[in-house]
Amino acid sequence: MTTTLTDIPAAPKSLKISDKRAQRRKFQNSLASIALSSAMVVACIPLILILFVVIQRGIAAFNLDLFIYEQRTFRATEEAGFAHGFVGTALIMALAIPMAVLVGISTAVYLVEYGRGTKLATAVRFVTDVMTGVPSIFVGLVVYAVVVRGTGLGLGFGTLAGAIAIALVMLPIVVRSCEEMLKLVPDSIRNASAGLGSRKWQTTTRVVLPASAPGLATGSMLAVARGAGETAPLLLTALGSLFTVTELVGRAQASLPQLIYQHARQPFPPGLERAWGGALALVIITLLFTILARTLGTKYNKIRAGM
Amino acid sequence: MSNPANTTERPSVTMSTRELASGTAEVSEEIAPSNVVFSLDDVSVYYNKFRAVRNVSFEIAKHEITALIGPSGCGKSTLLRSLNRMNDLIPGARVEGTVLYHGENIYDEEIDPVEVRRRIGMVFQKPNPFPKSIYDNVAFGPKLDGVKGSELEGMVEEALKGAALWDEVKNKLKESGHSLSGGQQQRLCIARAIAVQPEVVLMDEPCSALDPIATTRIEDLMQQIKNDYTIVIVTHNMQQAARISDRTAFFVTEVNNESDTRTGTLVEYGKTSQIFVDPHDKRTEDYISGRFG
Repeated sequence: MTTTLTDIPAAPKSLKISDKRAQRRKFQNSLASIALSSAMVVACIPLILILFVVIQRGIAAFNLDLFIYEQRTFRATEEAGFAHGFVGTALIMALAIPMAVLVGISTAVYLVEYGRGTKLATAVRFVTDVMTGVPSIFVGLVVYAVVVRGTGLGLGFGTLAGAIAIALVMLPIVVRSCEEMLKLVPDSIRNASAGLGSRKWQTTTRVVLPASAPGLATGSMLAVARGAGETAPLLLTALGSLFTVTELVGRAQASLPQLIYQHARQPFPPGLERAWGGALALVIITLLFTILARTLGTKYNKIRAGM
Repeated sequence: MSNPANTTERPSVTMSTRELASGTAEVSEEIAPSNVVFSLDDVSVYYNKFRAVRNVSFEIAKHEITALIGPSGCGKSTLLRSLNRMNDLIPGARVEGTVLYHGENIYDEEIDPVEVRRRIGMVFQKPNPFPKSIYDNVAFGPKLDGVKGSELEGMVEEALKGAALWDEVKNKLKESGHSLSGGQQQRLCIARAIAVQPEVVLMDEPCSALDPIATTRIEDLMQQIKNDYTIVIVTHNMQQAARISDRTAFFVTEVNNESDTRTGTLVEYGKTSQIFVDPHDKRTEDYISGRFG
């Protein structure tokens, strides 16, 4: 812009866009709007494509068989499915969620309520950030070395080892998202609670946690959605299975992502089709968790507001 | 000072005694030893190395309203918070000197700050109800002590009546505390504070976020409850101090140009009628007549 002060004309008489500068600004404004909207569209295209393709190709195999039969062969077109994968994923998540959520929320509470400004808190936050960036196969390796192998705990492949690996993947997400949620609770109500003679843990359990519960649920569910779809950490921990396994320790366990991976690598159309069906199921599960998190949050808010 | 009341009242240098808290019992000059609730001796409050308040000594009497007034930054809120150890919650805050509460130094090592706050409640500048129902807001304190059932209900009702809020909320106790107006929220906070049955209620500019009508209601309420509680109030509004308080402590800010720091200290303390009608210190007179601050 090379305009100087003297170039600026006297205030226009009309409020209508008449002079060149105003027109240029209007043009720039629409240009910026268009640029930003198209960036948004570009960002959405892969997401929509993924959803579209998963639904298109998965819908054929998304039938009752998928849920009630175990894998027979990759080639089988009848009475074959991922039932063992659903059971495995359900069991793994049932173990992983309490682990990750309990430890994660406790850590977040420590970071926000107790450790503000301390070196330990800074260290924990740093480690958490690093953990977020650690490739999940590496988490699988660590659990394999520490939990699965005889040189470690020696639990062998199985549900528990898989759950530990998934919990470790979820943990940093739970910690950081819940930390942000707890930070949103205004200090004024913490002070109000302290002014009434609450101890710190009473303030935390009776004021801060209830006030941030919807946020904590949402944060945890995000981690659940992420954990449910993890494949790499399970390859070295749950290993995989052809049958429904309900033992928590001592038997290799199947899981939905692992079955998708396994079937997608084979050249047999029926197996490939089932992999797409499994992928669609996984997307739906993730979606349900997200919706559940949102509804719980809103419902809780209404209760809190005193319906 | 941002408070418009100070500027509008500039012409009158002092007030007539009739404007003062005259409806209440005559306040004696000296506080009888048995009536002393707080006795501050050479109290200084620091935030890390910065000294916010220095060398404050005065006594606060039972069942009276004591107002702390002074210009912004004079440390009156800081001092108020040091009376129930709320400053403990601010990292780096530290109190020197002694704050005797019924003869017991609340800064002694064996003292439990939580117990202090249970006896000495607090109402804050901005109404800060919990995001809970009206009932649960008031029940919060008693519940900490494990009170339950009908006893709890009775305490909630009594506290809400005490805060002159019962009639307005008795049919909507389950509604959120945030659904109330600002003035009602502040009375809810007062109800919440007195539900713990404290002996002292500290109020940190409780009306500064409220409109004049809500302010009047809070002031009336303070007059009603002062027979049961000892009230210490920080206020920016000198008319408010004059209207409601029995004693007034006037603070000023001393500016140290070398280190560019500001430290508050107590200039004059006495019966409100004396402070506003016959101030002994020139700085008090200048302030209440609107010449500075």
